[in-house]
Amino acid sequence: MKAEMKKLVEVRNLKKYFPGTEVSIFRAGNDVKAVDGVSFDIYEQETLGLVGETGCGKTTVGRTMLHLYQPTAGNIIFDGVDLNDLGERELRFARSKMQMIFQDPYASLNPRMTVGSIVGAPLDVHTDQSRTEKRERVQELLDIVGLNPDFVNRYPHEFSGGQRQRIGIARALALNPDFVVCDEPISSLDVSIQAQVVNLLEDLQKKLGLTYLFIAHDLSMVRHISDRMAVMYLGKIVELADRDEIFLNSLHPYTQALMSAVPVPDPDLAETKDRIILDGDIPNPSNPPLGCNFNTRCPVAIDICFKEEPEYREVKDNHWVACHLVK
Amino acid sequence: MTPLLEIKNLKTRFYTQDGVVRAVNDVSYTMDSGEILGVVGESGCGKSVHALSMMQLIPYPPGKITNGEVWLDGQDLLTLNEEEMQKVRGRDIAMIFQDPMTSLNPVFTIGFQITEALLLHNDMTKREAKDRAGELLELVGIPGAKDRLDDYPHQFSGGMRQRAMIAMGLSCEPKLLIADEPTTALDVTIQAQIIDLVKKLQEELGMAIMWITHDLGVVAELAHTINVMYAGSIIETGQIHNIYKETKHPYTIGLLGSLPRLDDAPGTELVSIPGLPPDLLALPEGCPFAARCEYRIEKCLVEKPPLEGIDGKDHSVACWRWEEIAGIGSK
Repeated sequence: MKAEMKKLVEVRNLKKYFPGTEVSIFRAGNDVKAVDGVSFDIYEQETLGLVGETGCGKTTVGRTMLHLYQPTAGNIIFDGVDLNDLGERELRFARSKMQMIFQDPYASLNPRMTVGSIVGAPLDVHTDQSRTEKRERVQELLDIVGLNPDFVNRYPHEFSGGQRQRIGIARALALNPDFVVCDEPISSLDVSIQAQVVNLLEDLQKKLGLTYLFIAHDLSMVRHISDRMAVMYLGKIVELADRDEIFLNSLHPYTQALMSAVPVPDPDLAETKDRIILDGDIPNPSNPPLGCNFNTRCPVAIDICFKEEPEYREVKDNHWVACHLVK
Repeated sequence: MTPLLEIKNLKTRFYTQDGVVRAVNDVSYTMDSGEILGVVGESGCGKSVHALSMMQLIPYPPGKITNGEVWLDGQDLLTLNEEEMQKVRGRDIAMIFQDPMTSLNPVFTIGFQITEALLLHNDMTKREAKDRAGELLELVGIPGAKDRLDDYPHQFSGGMRQRAMIAMGLSCEPKLLIADEPTTALDVTIQAQIIDLVKKLQEELGMAIMWITHDLGVVAELAHTINVMYAGSIIETGQIHNIYKETKHPYTIGLLGSLPRLDDAPGTELVSIPGLPPDLLALPEGCPFAARCEYRIEKCLVEKPPLEGIDGKDHSVACWRWEEIAGIGSK
């Protein structure tokens, strides 16, 4: 099925290092390898879920894909065009087709701008529509995301968290993008409100034919919304597959531990579930362990894991994994 | 058996410029010793405030406990003065907070912060307290515990800080440990470590635990009984199986429905609860959930339903129509 689907975004060996804090004025610290060689494709109109724990680099992947961060190395090919080849002006135009929804709806909306000017800002930058046209478009957008179109003159503080997130979504949709990076769009919302926002995102995808990269740490929600899922650990993708495949037949020991750690809202299942409890914490990304970077916590690590980095390869149809133990 | 903890008609108010925030409204329940109680609800439902009220940790003004009794082991905590209360806190009831980054003091060593409570409540020398602190850190699974007593909080990772907080909470062997969203700031794999640890410690030491959370998944793995709170009231309470399998209150049904399940078929839409929780400054007259409830009738808008026991079971629900709804709701 995937073969005939068109690739919308191709990410090839993407790296993003941030300079470390300097040790002294003569010696720079180690670079923080936030993203360290990541490759994947996103097909048109699918949702790729990207999961991982704090500091694994998932947000950096999303931001670097839109060239909000300049990649240290690697290519992002959007709709056949390598973003590295674009000049500033062309990049700005390309960005109108790729938008982002941010995690914190309190921090990502300017408190001194009205909802109308927040949602209309992309139109100011990218179009030369008249004021009435813009106003109509903004009201249409508010209607699409389930807000009252008469709210255009209100300020962000007059809205609840869920409503603010809807404003952020309306802003992302203003220019009819093809691709939207959703960076933890629901993690700051209450449970009953999360479902509202997820349902809205799914509706919009169907209606407008959007492609999503859905970044989150809540596995059950990612499973719900995604077609395929990628799991990141310490700057690298360790496993990528169809969502059911990854939930039922995960191959990487980290994925397995992550899946088993998700609390299930069902006491019967919770009792029977085999839990894999990992020891220790995530290592420092400025000083990752040699060999496989999961070797400090891996319950099944063998000699080779401490010496050689495992290759990220396709072991089954559409199932990619980076582990020495997977044959 | 007399219960360990009995709360009767607890009411907490905050008197603010904008009006009176009715944070906790007539909360009553009991807890047995050795019981793990999960208190579940969304932000602003009063789950933390009711626990802080029990400990008399509500800042006054603006906060005030306007009514209620909190009986712990034959003593009404709300009648105690500050000095007497200090003896209860830490010794009889201990509390673990949500954010281990901010609830430890960054300028004191971990060892100092654990021994502080030990020295206050026990007749111990500094030497003995330090040894005990080392044992406690070992108990909560910190590797090389004795050598880490002189570390400062910034030298610990998030999961280790939460372990240190738990060690502090357990230091005086409290009868009741209140854990206020202790794993919310942690990653799932670390959360699994902490839940596992707390379960083991509870089996070993036998204290009662009140686990406050918004995550229905976490308490499903841990709790014996559950209180579901909404807008300052308990709207459903019962044994864990009653709550998850024989859910009665429309809010609880909605809350469980809004969680994606691992066995959902692709493309299933999540059941979302429309609208927002009510403003605690202007609580409606009737059932607080009425405005968002699809089963609402006239009566719900004018009269608040009492928390009623369901025949023959440890399961109570505050809803006028639970009997009719019961058949429809549980998945």
